Amino acid sequence: MSSRAAPLPEEGRLRSLVDFYGTQMRTSVVAQLQYRVANYFYMVGMVAEPVIYLVVWSTIARQHGGAINGITAGQFAAYYIVWTLVRNMNIVFGAPFWEWRIREGRLAGDLLRPLNILHYDLAYFAGWKFVVVAMWLPIAIALSAVFHPDLHPSALQIVVFIVAIWGAYLVRSMFQATIGMLNFWTTRGAAVFDLYMATEMLLSGRLVPLRLMPGWVQTLADFLPFKWTFGFPIESLVSDMSTRSLLLGLGAQVMWTAIGYVLFTFAWRAAIKRFSAVGA
Amino acid sequence: MPESVVHVNELTKIFKVPERDPGLRAAAKALVHRKTREVHAVEAISFDIEPGEVVGFLGPNGAGKTTTLKMLAGLLYPTSGEARVLGHVPSRREKDYLRRMTMVMGNRNQLQWDIPALDSFELYRAIYRLRREDYLAMRDELVELLDVGDLVRKPVRNLSLGERMKVEIVGSLLHRPQVLFLDEPTIGLDVTMQKRIRTFVAEYNKRHGATVLLTSHYMADVEALCKRVIVIHHGRILFDGALASLANEFAAYKTIGVLLENGNAELDGYGEVISRDGDRAILRVPKAETSRVAARLLSEHEVLDLTIEEPPIEDVIEMVFAQSR
Repeated sequence: MSSRAAPLPEEGRLRSLVDFYGTQMRTSVVAQLQYRVANYFYMVGMVAEPVIYLVVWSTIARQHGGAINGITAGQFAAYYIVWTLVRNMNIVFGAPFWEWRIREGRLAGDLLRPLNILHYDLAYFAGWKFVVVAMWLPIAIALSAVFHPDLHPSALQIVVFIVAIWGAYLVRSMFQATIGMLNFWTTRGAAVFDLYMATEMLLSGRLVPLRLMPGWVQTLADFLPFKWTFGFPIESLVSDMSTRSLLLGLGAQVMWTAIGYVLFTFAWRAAIKRFSAVGA
Repeated sequence: MPESVVHVNELTKIFKVPERDPGLRAAAKALVHRKTREVHAVEAISFDIEPGEVVGFLGPNGAGKTTTLKMLAGLLYPTSGEARVLGHVPSRREKDYLRRMTMVMGNRNQLQWDIPALDSFELYRAIYRLRREDYLAMRDELVELLDVGDLVRKPVRNLSLGERMKVEIVGSLLHRPQVLFLDEPTIGLDVTMQKRIRTFVAEYNKRHGATVLLTSHYMADVEALCKRVIVIHHGRILFDGALASLANEFAAYKTIGVLLENGNAELDGYGEVISRDGDRAILRVPKAETSRVAARLLSEHEVLDLTIEEPPIEDVIEMVFAQSR
């Protein structure tokens, strides 16, 4: 009988994780470049949403003497043009895709590998950002030429914004993954996802800047994760926030990422015991 | 006696599946009273596999083969019982365990669809924390053994089923796993490709001393690779032993092939004639009577050639299932 095989030696844990992120991000860029045209159409479709908001609010602002609640047409333009970048940055592996992942047997394949499942999605979509941001730039330039945004950020705001859009990405990834766990209990997890999206739409600053919402809505939004995925990153660049507010915002993102991660971990441990590996 | 690589004791998996009658009334009733049924996919099975063994895991569809493999690979939580592979409890899915095993599912694509397999291999290198020199050596060895060549440079979606299976296998073995769970790795492939994969599995087992548990509906796979088979049906093990002894234990008959000088000779009295083509005939004879019938044929006819064979392995397996009903 043959002798027992020896495993191959391994690289260090941290070095390997960095290596994995680099490799997965490169793989994602390679995969996305295969579908450049499709990605562009996808992005153009996505830009339609903020352009509608922008036209509506700019028109209303002009009808109200140039500003609503102190927000001018130019500031609306800045808000919604930055919105387009934030929206692209916080696209994550969405909750409904967990159903696809289970049904198609992809999850079984991922489970066979010695890596936390979150890393696959975080790294893949992080790589995708580089493609979409490159594609977003000409769209942003065109929108700026048409709507004349009023945007004068400080160096600190730019730094905070760059960190905040990645923070938004992490917060949203954690919560979407947690909701995705519902697919282990029901094949109709999409209903809960729709409810989540509707709440996010209202309380995140996606539909309308939170400054235009009633005070109690703004207070409620402060205590929920949604604002830190849309409103905060946008406002960090376009409005005149104090250094303290900017840093508190980043702190809130760290906190919500941690909360989301803990929730996901609990849900995942329970979910995986129910996994029936159908489709695998 | 070496320590078992795979140790399974009273392993059981029960699925709860929802069930309801058709129609509006049943649908309304199901809103308040949800009925479920228990499906005993695997029932208290026990076996051990020693280092370097290649074991065939046989059974009809729904017998519990894949469920068992998935429990051993850590994809499914057992309902009860014990499973240990390489000293690990698979359901804990420890990274050290996952780095030492692999599961290949025939007809399932794990490589990224839109990009060349080489890009996915790079990703696996990072996931399994392989040193670059080890990765390159292993990759080149597998590519050569499976004769994959430049296929790894084509987007996976452009490969044929057989080509895809070969590159899937390369990807699954880059980390040089010590235990291979192969779930119908040759399903849907043409005969040449099946043979190629069989030869590869045998060579990998020989080179790296890997332990292999293989399910396949193609008996050629099992006969070529497995000295030992485990037969499972309705979630229970019906046979666990040498492939060679399976026929001895379960086949109630043997076949006698005979070439006669006189093609018109009457053979009905010797056994069941299962085929007759001029001078050639094949008879099915109760096992205990084989020697006596062969002796009678030789003494009573002008026999040019005579062979005694066990029935085909497919028939024997069917007999095992039939006897379990």
